[in-house]
Amino acid sequence: MRHLLSTRGLALDEAVHVLDVAEEMAETQLREVRKLPTLRGKTVVNLFFEDSTRTRISFEAAAKRLSADVITFSAKGSSVSKGESLKDTAQTLQAIGADAIVIRHQASGAPQVLATSGWIDAAVLNAGDGTHEHPTQALLDAFTLRRRLHGADSRGRDLDGVTVLIVGDILHSRVARSNLWLLSLLGARVVLVAPATLIPHGAHGWPCEIRHDLDEALAEFRPDAVMMLRIQAERMRDAYFPSEREYARQWGLDSARLSALGSASIVMHPGPMNRGLEISAAAADSPQSTVLEQVANGVSVRMAVLYLLLSGERAAGGAGERAQGEKEAER
Amino acid sequence: MSLSSGNDRGEPPLLIRGASLPGSERTDVLVRDGRIAERGSGLSAAGAQVIDADGLLLLPGLVDLHTHLREPGFEQSETVLTGTRAAAAGGYTTVFAMANTRPVQDTAGVVEQVQSLGERAGYATVRPIGAVTEGLAGQRLSEIGAMARSRAKVRVFSDDGSCVHDSLLMRRALEYVTTFGGVIAQHAQDPRLTEHAQMNEGALSSELGLAGWPAVAEESIIARDVLLAEHVGARLHICHLSTAGSVDIVRWAKARGIAVTAEVTPHHLLLTEELVAGYDARYKVNPPLRRREDVLAVREGVADGTIDIVATDHAPHPVDAKECEWDAAANGMVGLESALSVVHEALVQTGILDWAGVARVMSAAPARIGGLEGHPTALLPGERAELTLYDPSARRAFGTAELAGRSRNSPYLGMSLPGRIVATVHQGYLTVSDGVVVDEELVAAAAARRER
Repeated sequence: MRHLLSTRGLALDEAVHVLDVAEEMAETQLREVRKLPTLRGKTVVNLFFEDSTRTRISFEAAAKRLSADVITFSAKGSSVSKGESLKDTAQTLQAIGADAIVIRHQASGAPQVLATSGWIDAAVLNAGDGTHEHPTQALLDAFTLRRRLHGADSRGRDLDGVTVLIVGDILHSRVARSNLWLLSLLGARVVLVAPATLIPHGAHGWPCEIRHDLDEALAEFRPDAVMMLRIQAERMRDAYFPSEREYARQWGLDSARLSALGSASIVMHPGPMNRGLEISAAAADSPQSTVLEQVANGVSVRMAVLYLLLSGERAAGGAGERAQGEKEAER
Repeated sequence: MSLSSGNDRGEPPLLIRGASLPGSERTDVLVRDGRIAERGSGLSAAGAQVIDADGLLLLPGLVDLHTHLREPGFEQSETVLTGTRAAAAGGYTTVFAMANTRPVQDTAGVVEQVQSLGERAGYATVRPIGAVTEGLAGQRLSEIGAMARSRAKVRVFSDDGSCVHDSLLMRRALEYVTTFGGVIAQHAQDPRLTEHAQMNEGALSSELGLAGWPAVAEESIIARDVLLAEHVGARLHICHLSTAGSVDIVRWAKARGIAVTAEVTPHHLLLTEELVAGYDARYKVNPPLRRREDVLAVREGVADGTIDIVATDHAPHPVDAKECEWDAAANGMVGLESALSVVHEALVQTGILDWAGVARVMSAAPARIGGLEGHPTALLPGERAELTLYDPSARRAFGTAELAGRSRNSPYLGMSLPGRIVATVHQGYLTVSDGVVVDEELVAAAAARRER
């Protein structure tokens, strides 16, 4: 892989390979000494234009466990907040000698602009851009699902026959988009559940089913997993739904819905959670919940992606570029 | 060429030999003292500068009803001089300069200044457009009467860049400008439906995670405004119409007898939203690039006369306003230098318009809508020599060398486009000669002689 900008356009074998490498990484994390020498001498820059402590420390942990040097560049209080352009920031990082840039940006497409502008030679890893994509979140979600369903037998497998409900603010969610493309690529059936105001315009052409009633969707699809998305307070002000109460009642994963789900199904949430709004405390803390597993798996998956971008496979691969090229050609 | 020999203006007559007129009649045209002196075959004139126009098309000078010249206030993007140089390079002899300068063109003083900057530069007639509301703020009417009665004689009023959204204010503006024989040119965009909008709303905007600019935000304003124009008996012009639904509404309004005219940009005739997929901000424009269906519908609108004119919405921006993430980038594309080639590609090569049709939508109709006096229509003796000489058989790789203004934000760079401007004649003198823009000192000197 040259860059990881999106899950849209990944090839199936490429995606499964990332998950398999993440399994290797997860195994190393059970050892007494968890640090690997793999990326010694490489410099990874975490370039965060948006606050996200969770994602940032996950990437930091991943890079450090691979022995890379990590520089964290937080836009708040830096020259960026004083009006420095993305281009100037990128060229500064190039001059410092960054081998990979992990970028979180509020503007959709900023990682792609960084990767294709010619400003830098570094590999670009999208850590969440606007309402576009968050590919490592989707990879860690798929990894978590695969492990829960197939256990030690996970390597080499996809998610054929698995049904996943993604519930909540699909419209503003990069997690939902990245999961939709990746899960459907891996053979899973994806169902989006949300009020009509929170379903993106034109989503009816996407490779998924769309439902508005959560109870009916739970009964109809008997999902293997439900993924609850965070609801942000400002959505009410913008008239996407009338009140928190109404939202929680119609689309929240409460105790009744948790029991309707059945004990074999898992409950996922990318965090941070609004307990009592999109997910009840009982659901969040239930044995079906994978919330903390997702966090742990996040480190393994990000180690795998950094390894694939920065190790020898990068030169041999070029798969990311190929996938992007195909994406362009499709249009 | 020598400017010292010849007549009392110090200029030789200009003899264009063997040009094809729209409709394929071949003729010589002799230009003298700023006017077409003779037309026919086998013309000659002592000391004339001769242009061999064999195989070239002679059109009345192009008129752009929608240009952003950026001066005063945004001279890092464009000035009246550089913008009219770009106009000349594209075969234009008149541009209407939009009001969103700084200060805004909302007083007689500013519009007169812009007009005289145009006269001094000499590349094209500059007709300032006046703001409808003070500071384009959409609150109070600007000094419309003062601008209409100023030396600039403003006839077109627009808040372009912003929509006159308040229904009552729009009604009053439509009524008030009829007092001066003016027209309101509306930038149709419901502001609430397009907050933070980044591209056409649809499956692609949802995939790319870019906030949508829905077609209905344009169509609902056009629908309201044609009804207002009907109610008060005023003229309305719709700027840069971009959707299939807008074409339907204007078609309906015209059938009903409402005095509405409409324009489409070259880019909405050729380019589609798929270009946004790489987040290259050169393709960011307002209204946004639309779907293939919309492109076909606006072409059909030109074909049946629903859309009256093609206007460029030439919108220059400095490099750093485009070399950045999509959300932070400025809206707009430069378009003067490429417009005729794009119309050639989108409308002539597709069989939608013949060259007489091109002359109508890019010269005669915009001149009429903008109240431009004395613009040539038939290229007959006595008419002003505002002329464009075009080589329709050429094909060129469109690169930055084709751009003659100050900015480089063209969506066509790297594309192959048909045709080439060979010469542009404004007030009887050449502003483009042999495909090259004439030096600004020579053009300014020629313009100064016209002033005398």
